[in-house]
Amino acid sequence: MQAAIGFLRLLSKRPSGLIGFIGIVFFLVLAFIAPIFVPNQELADVNSIYQTPSLEHFLGTDNSGRDVLNQIVQGGREIISVALVTALLTTLIATTLGAVSAIVGGKVDAVLVAIADIVLTIPYLIVLIVISALARPTNFLALAIVLSLLGWAGLMRQVRAQVLTLKERDYVEAARSLDLGLFHIVFREILPNMRSYIVIHFVLAMTGAIYAQVALIVLGLVPFSGKNWALMLYFANSQGAFYFRDAFWYVFSPIFAIILLQLSLVLFVNALEDIFNPRLRSS
Amino acid sequence: MTPILSVRDLSIDYRTSRGPVHAVRNVSFDIAKGETVAIIGESGSGKTTLAISLIRLSPRSARITKGQILYTNDRETVDIRTLPDDELRHYRWSECAMVFQAALNSFNPVINVWEQFADTGRAHGMKDTKEIHARAQELLDLVHLDPERVLKAYPHELSGGMKQRVLIALSLMLEPQLIILDEPTTALDILTQRSIIDLLGTLRKKLGFSMVFISHDLSIAAELADRMITMYAGTVVERASVTDLFYRPRHPYSVGLLRAVPRVSGAMGAVESIPGSPPDLIRLPPGCTYIPRCPLAIAACAEREPDLVPVDTPEHEARCIRWKTVAEQVGTAEVAVAEKIATA
Amino acid sequence: MSIIDPTVRGTPLIELDHVSRAFKVPGGSITAVDSVSLAIAASEALCIVGESGCGKTTTGRMLAGILRPTSGRLIYEGQDVWQKKGHDLSAFRQAVQLVHQDPYASLNPTRTVFQTLSAPIYRHKKAKGNRDATNRVRHLLDVVGLTPPDDFLSKYPHQLSGGQRQRVAIARALTVDPRVIVADEAVSMVDVSIRISLLNLLLGLRSEMGVSIVLITHDLAVARYFAREGRIGVMYLGRMVELARSEALVSDPAHPYSAALIAAIPEADPRITRSKDRVTLKTADVPSLLALPPGCTFHPRCPLAEPGLCDVLVPELLPLAGREVREVACHVAIRERQPAAELLA
Repeated sequence: MQAAIGFLRLLSKRPSGLIGFIGIVFFLVLAFIAPIFVPNQELADVNSIYQTPSLEHFLGTDNSGRDVLNQIVQGGREIISVALVTALLTTLIATTLGAVSAIVGGKVDAVLVAIADIVLTIPYLIVLIVISALARPTNFLALAIVLSLLGWAGLMRQVRAQVLTLKERDYVEAARSLDLGLFHIVFREILPNMRSYIVIHFVLAMTGAIYAQVALIVLGLVPFSGKNWALMLYFANSQGAFYFRDAFWYVFSPIFAIILLQLSLVLFVNALEDIFNPRLRSS
Repeated sequence: MTPILSVRDLSIDYRTSRGPVHAVRNVSFDIAKGETVAIIGESGSGKTTLAISLIRLSPRSARITKGQILYTNDRETVDIRTLPDDELRHYRWSECAMVFQAALNSFNPVINVWEQFADTGRAHGMKDTKEIHARAQELLDLVHLDPERVLKAYPHELSGGMKQRVLIALSLMLEPQLIILDEPTTALDILTQRSIIDLLGTLRKKLGFSMVFISHDLSIAAELADRMITMYAGTVVERASVTDLFYRPRHPYSVGLLRAVPRVSGAMGAVESIPGSPPDLIRLPPGCTYIPRCPLAIAACAEREPDLVPVDTPEHEARCIRWKTVAEQVGTAEVAVAEKIATA
Repeated sequence: MSIIDPTVRGTPLIELDHVSRAFKVPGGSITAVDSVSLAIAASEALCIVGESGCGKTTTGRMLAGILRPTSGRLIYEGQDVWQKKGHDLSAFRQAVQLVHQDPYASLNPTRTVFQTLSAPIYRHKKAKGNRDATNRVRHLLDVVGLTPPDDFLSKYPHQLSGGQRQRVAIARALTVDPRVIVADEAVSMVDVSIRISLLNLLLGLRSEMGVSIVLITHDLAVARYFAREGRIGVMYLGRMVELARSEALVSDPAHPYSAALIAAIPEADPRITRSKDRVTLKTADVPSLLALPPGCTFHPRCPLAEPGLCDVLVPELLPLAGREVREVACHVAIRERQPAAELLA
């Protein structure tokens, strides 16, 4: 609790970070809490296709006359869930493999680094397209797994480099000569010193995952059904909404939602870097 | 004779989130032409803050709250504190140069020694490259380095001692009258330390400049200083000739510092650390700041901060109301303090 | 043959037997330590001094079992440590503890004093239950002079001064009841005014708990103070050139290098330091570890060097005739049966 208050106080000194944080909270509420109160509206209404914003439809309507705001409210959950799960898996894989690689060293290190290098050289989007075409990930968990399997390598190399420096620290050497064991050294001595680093890369991994899934869905490679900002764009595209001037709100609402979410994440992460830097913190 | 540098009643604060840190408080001292003064004290005593303020290199968070830094050359007397920027540039280096610890990042790692000389020369109005080159060669010769080899070298190719020599040579580029040296021998090996000390001694004789040493190392002060200043908690607590300070200190903190340093020659004597730690410079207690660590403190010490008063001779001053008691304990013999206390 | 102080009774507790250590560097390999032998008895205080690059830190790390020697043996209680496995090696690890130089790097910034000190206690079951562990931590803080202990338990390293951190590092070493502590420049980064109290703390562990302490330092004055009841070893370019009782070494150094060092040291005493006799070396250049001179590595600088002898034969560390507890690796001093300081005078 105290830590949370301290964190908010530090954040309040960085207006852009605070804006980012508020943005993130807003989108979390929008995606996970708002749908509880706003029922899903599936009914098409041919009489009100591509309407501009009005009191009845704040963000206008789509090609079937459905409310755009309703879709925005319903469509964040999946995007953010995939982003969260992907970031979680990516960070988990990268941290574990990076730490193991740095600490065990030798052949294990060489093999893991080689694998990471191969993954890094694979053209990301093309493989995503191929995998999506072959494996057809039909639920968001499958998509998250695919995204994280392709996204861990860069972070893993960075984590490995960090652990390599940290494990040379005097206090790690002391822990070794006190015979505190590998588990203690990794989880009590090394990783806590990388907390900030991991948190920052977790958020960055989220932004990456959002772009990747949006690209895949918009290209129509993930046969999702349901409500989703990216799916809105896909349908807008396939229904030719881009050619209707009145469809402006329908097309741009999900784009803005995605941009705002990404912007919030980036602003927040920039502030985090400041906050975690102890030299800035003490002044 | 007018002193070359006269610091008068100087106070410097650092801004922090907890409030101002009173790093330097009411410091006054003079440096005569050709004289070497050593400022000693532990870390946090304000000695480095004081030194860098003498050439106005203080960080942004530092602010001189009062006082003057008067510099006098053949022509005029100026207050460094209020000097306009273009004149300040002339003053730095041409009149007063600073030599930092070579172990710190005093060098740009990607340019060689010749370029360091050329940059310094050009920055201070030397236009003729040949002239700079000749000067660089002359100076490197003076500090006993091989100019041909060293000018081409990059910082990482030089040993610590060589780097310190290059820094000294660089500082002499424009024949300054005053050189400020911040821990010039710290982090150097013994034999290198010795050669740097000998070099500074010879250069001073040959060129006649004044020096200010900032060091926590008492031995370099013992080697080179004419006069000494002891600083504690941002203020001068004792000011004396080098022999008076080493053999007849009158402030308990000077005594404490001298007793804290073991020696290689002579009897070991009663070597002992100073208990406790320096005070918080944000919330200074009333009275003498040394009370919590002082073996001689009495109730009267806490009433007000003592003045710097003459002791023994007019040239020797201490900020202590108990200096006579210190004098009784330490005596006047020219023997190291630790030794005298052990035999007493 | 390893050398033990004959005035210290009993068998050596820990020994280095002709250990060498090479490191690969770009452009070849350097021998940081070359065939160093040293034996340390229980509750002995010994200093290893030398300039940067002399191998003193590498020697200390081999003694602490952190670095494995390229050749030679590390012997603890009569057994070759690097032949040990599993449980025995673990027991050795705990028996010899290292205190690092930099108090700002030796404590984990994310862990409180209590966490730092209690981890080894829990791990090695040095206490029964939480209350016992806390009491043990309190006791250790008391031993290292951090009183009252309760003020320090929940402090993070950044809330402590350099001297206090170094005391926590010493307390951490004590959690596993070591028999030997290797302190690598343990006081060189703390303020001058408190160095002696840290040295006294280490010396107290020796007299009260019987821990042997090996202090590695570049500061001969510190070495003299610390080892006043023990020995000082002087290293130069990877070899031990002299090993002697503290007072004998500083007043009458037997190796020309030790003599040069002692003559060169600036002292905190104007009268003494300004009237010191110098030892003039032939050159100020220190040979590179990549291209060490043959024979005695000091011969290119040594005022006593004799062509055909010193530049050919590597001198062994041998007892100097007629002097108690002095070993010197110098052909001339051994032959003349006189310390170099006297030969140079």
